[in-house]
Amino acid sequence: MSGKQQTEELEKVVIRFAGDSGDGMQLTGSQFTLTSALLGNDLATFPDFPAEIRAPQGTVEGVSGFQVQIGKIDIFTPGDEADVLVAMNPAALKSNLQWVRKGGNVIIDSDSFEERTFKRAGYEGNPLENGSLQDYNLIEAPITSLTKTSLQGIALDNKSVVRCKNMFALGVAYWLFDRSMDQTLDFLKAKFKKAPLLVEANSKALQAGYYYAETVEALPSNYKVPAAKIEPGKYRHISGNQAAAWGIIAAAEKMGKKLFFGSYPITPASDILHELSKYKNLGVTTFQAEDEIAAVCSAIGASYAGELGVTASAGPGIALKGEAIGLAAMVELPLVIIDVQRGGPSTGLPTKTEQADFNLAMFGRNSDCPIIVVASSTPSNCFSFAYQAAKLTVEHMTPVMFLSDGYLANGSEPWKIPSVKDLPEIVIPHARLNGQEFHPYVRDETKLSRFWAIPGTEGMEHRIGGLEKENITGNVSYDPANHELMVKVRQEKVSKVAGFIPDQEVIGTGSGEVLVVGWGSTYGSLLTAVKQLQGAGKKVDLAHFNYLSPLPKNTEAIFKQYKKVLVCELNMGQFAAYLRSIYPEVKIEQFNKIQGLPFTVMELKEKIIELL
Amino acid sequence: MATNSVDTVHVNPQLTKKDFTSDQLVRWCPGCGDYAILSAMQNALPQLGLKKEDFAFISGIGCAARFPYYMSTYGFHTIHGRAPAIASGVKLSNPDLSVWQITGDGDSLAIGGNHFIHALRRNIDINILLFNNEIYGLTKGQLSPTSKLGLVTKSTPLGGIDRPFSAGELALGARGTFFARTIDTNPKLMTQIFVESSRHKGTSLIEILQNCVIFNDKTHGAVTAKENKDDFQLHLQHGERMLFGKEKNKGIRLNGFKLEVVTIGENGITEDDILIHDAHDEDTTKHMMLIRMQPPEFPMALGIIRAVKAPTYDDLTKQQYELSKENAKFSNVEELLQSGNTWEVK
Ligand code: SF4
Repeated sequence: MSGKQQTEELEKVVIRFAGDSGDGMQLTGSQFTLTSALLGNDLATFPDFPAEIRAPQGTVEGVSGFQVQIGKIDIFTPGDEADVLVAMNPAALKSNLQWVRKGGNVIIDSDSFEERTFKRAGYEGNPLENGSLQDYNLIEAPITSLTKTSLQGIALDNKSVVRCKNMFALGVAYWLFDRSMDQTLDFLKAKFKKAPLLVEANSKALQAGYYYAETVEALPSNYKVPAAKIEPGKYRHISGNQAAAWGIIAAAEKMGKKLFFGSYPITPASDILHELSKYKNLGVTTFQAEDEIAAVCSAIGASYAGELGVTASAGPGIALKGEAIGLAAMVELPLVIIDVQRGGPSTGLPTKTEQADFNLAMFGRNSDCPIIVVASSTPSNCFSFAYQAAKLTVEHMTPVMFLSDGYLANGSEPWKIPSVKDLPEIVIPHARLNGQEFHPYVRDETKLSRFWAIPGTEGMEHRIGGLEKENITGNVSYDPANHELMVKVRQEKVSKVAGFIPDQEVIGTGSGEVLVVGWGSTYGSLLTAVKQLQGAGKKVDLAHFNYLSPLPKNTEAIFKQYKKVLVCELNMGQFAAYLRSIYPEVKIEQFNKIQGLPFTVMELKEKIIELL
Repeated sequence: MATNSVDTVHVNPQLTKKDFTSDQLVRWCPGCGDYAILSAMQNALPQLGLKKEDFAFISGIGCAARFPYYMSTYGFHTIHGRAPAIASGVKLSNPDLSVWQITGDGDSLAIGGNHFIHALRRNIDINILLFNNEIYGLTKGQLSPTSKLGLVTKSTPLGGIDRPFSAGELALGARGTFFARTIDTNPKLMTQIFVESSRHKGTSLIEILQNCVIFNDKTHGAVTAKENKDDFQLHLQHGERMLFGKEKNKGIRLNGFKLEVVTIGENGITEDDILIHDAHDEDTTKHMMLIRMQPPEFPMALGIIRAVKAPTYDDLTKQQYELSKENAKFSNVEELLQSGNTWEVK
């Protein structure tokens, strides 16, 4: 017994858990995350799971991964490359080794490496013996057999015993990064409240893993990642989808409306439905509709009836909702549409991330049909932008598309809990009777929005609909001049929103060689890349957009301060093309990646340096 | 005056048909069956004891869908086929409203078929008026999902080869709790059914055999023509025998598993042999048979064919709000944000 080896202190570290989709890797990863968060680390996570719920065991298609970066410094991304990979079988090793930095630690369950399993994973021979791992520090741990040994005497069947091996692996990781097991032990008690044997087995496996790691000499050292300097306050851990759901409920409460959420299950948006369906006590109605179209239409019905109507989906579902979104724009009612983007087109890559619905959000309706488009840029600010989307839709009486994506939706990070009373006020433009005849298309002078007349209110009976309406009276009108007026009014109404949103911020000096421009979920990688370059004395700034339509008023002025503007997006260049169309004088370059994966900091830095 | 009695019939004396008529010019073709339906509705609403602002008319697309513009209530002319979904959102968000969905055979049985069956299945407390003229009128005469087999239209010059839907069968197949059928030539029956359907808790489907004078004139003639009225209309009343004919001497009898038309006094048939209508029968078998009856073999069944009690989606939603409140660990968003695992950074 060698006792505890030396402890190395690190600023940040990336760890990746990978196994069969039935191996419980998401749970393992999220437990590690929560424990690290409680310890005070800053962090960001990235779950990477297959589209199939249970692809054949042991195949590369069935591998589920979870990556988390923890740090004592500010962490904006889950990390380009892992410092430690825990691989539960050959398939997990095969598909995940590419994400491990050269020289990193690879911990494998050596029990799972045999002829049959390499073959299934698509290896020619034993990867442990063919030299393919020579650039890594390989730690072979007989995880399955040690789990079995440690659980001897517990009256569980073999299958249940083997299922505890993820806890053994977590135990190893806890020792390796010097974290306490307490949080997970408590979690297990609560999770298996009704099955004490499972509490015992999982807890024992966790401890066995921890003490195994402490005892064996295979692990060179353990690491300490001290708490980050984080703004004081009360924190919780939150994922993008949960934050979006909470932001919407918070907005509904702030405006004194009930939330109506019409939705149809789709990856990666379904968790918003799951989350919201828990809060009926807060006046939330969730309506699982028969299809995407019914989902958005029921939400429009709710808004017409005077409540906050919201729907959510991913690209394929948003495509189906297009006609109804046009109706909401035409009748000038509030409607929030959440698009949790995924790889496309068509079914595409349901569990992978992409930013390719920008054009769909902007233009995906028949005729001239502008709406407001906002995007979140971190898992936790899905809360603020969902809230903003709800605020803008009622204050301006026009639909708002809120763009998130798979990376934000499933990613998570610590979040300083805001106080509801500090959230911006929401002023509802309720229609009022002032002794005159009621007209539904009378407009607010500054915003050009019409007023919200709620059915059930005496004296405001009126008819609206998808046919073109005469301005002011709202009567059906085929008058050519009126139609042109109304098309322009609907555009103008959206353009005027620029006067009600914050100016665009720039991270940096405000002028220089290259302005890096991004929007949405690429924020973490862009910020990390730009900060690292700035730290190395390069004249690079970042303007990361959350308000896409309309753009902040100062956008052009910012662009003019730089020699080059580089727009980085996870698509073929949709935002870049949009910016070029608005600011033809600005020379816009683009950098794109379309692999269903986020940018790595490394590739961003390389591209930016090329321009300097 | 027993104004405080709960049994008081809530007839609102102030409101009349005129109160429900909007200032918009009605633009249906002269002679269109829609006029009579509009008028019957404007006659029915004052009988419901509600105020004008308590009604919302939601329509999709088609000739019928212009209906809300002609009512002086709240109205929403939406998009093709989607009105059931919009009406569902309206009712769930504002349960005090009396919600009426106006639709046609193309709107609800073709493009909106999915929403139609799901509204019925959920049993949300809305009323659906289906104007069935067996043709697309607004787009100028194409085959509809209820057009009779072989109908020559602009889109089927050699005759339609699609087998038609029956709205009633579809509704029962979707586990609808209320189905009535009426005709545009009988204003009294329409008004009566509208009133009854509004009292039914759950989704009420009212099929109106409506005549499109322009593109499918007299498609319901075998039932609605004056000369056919006595022999081909069976006016059903819950608890009463299924009698028809000028002398009310013909009736419907169950013979084995089939219905048949019999005449009292012939072949030893007496009134006792005639079926008594039970609209409240949970079992759909007889209702299905009644819905399927067609001239020339049978009269067409009119009136309330099915009206059974079942929990409504809106009531169940309300119950879940309450249940959720009882078990809630927090009562506002502030408490929600603070719930579960949190930690303090000093
Ligand atoms: S086309 Fe037919 S249904 Fe439409 S308004 Fe004219 S007559 Fe009525």
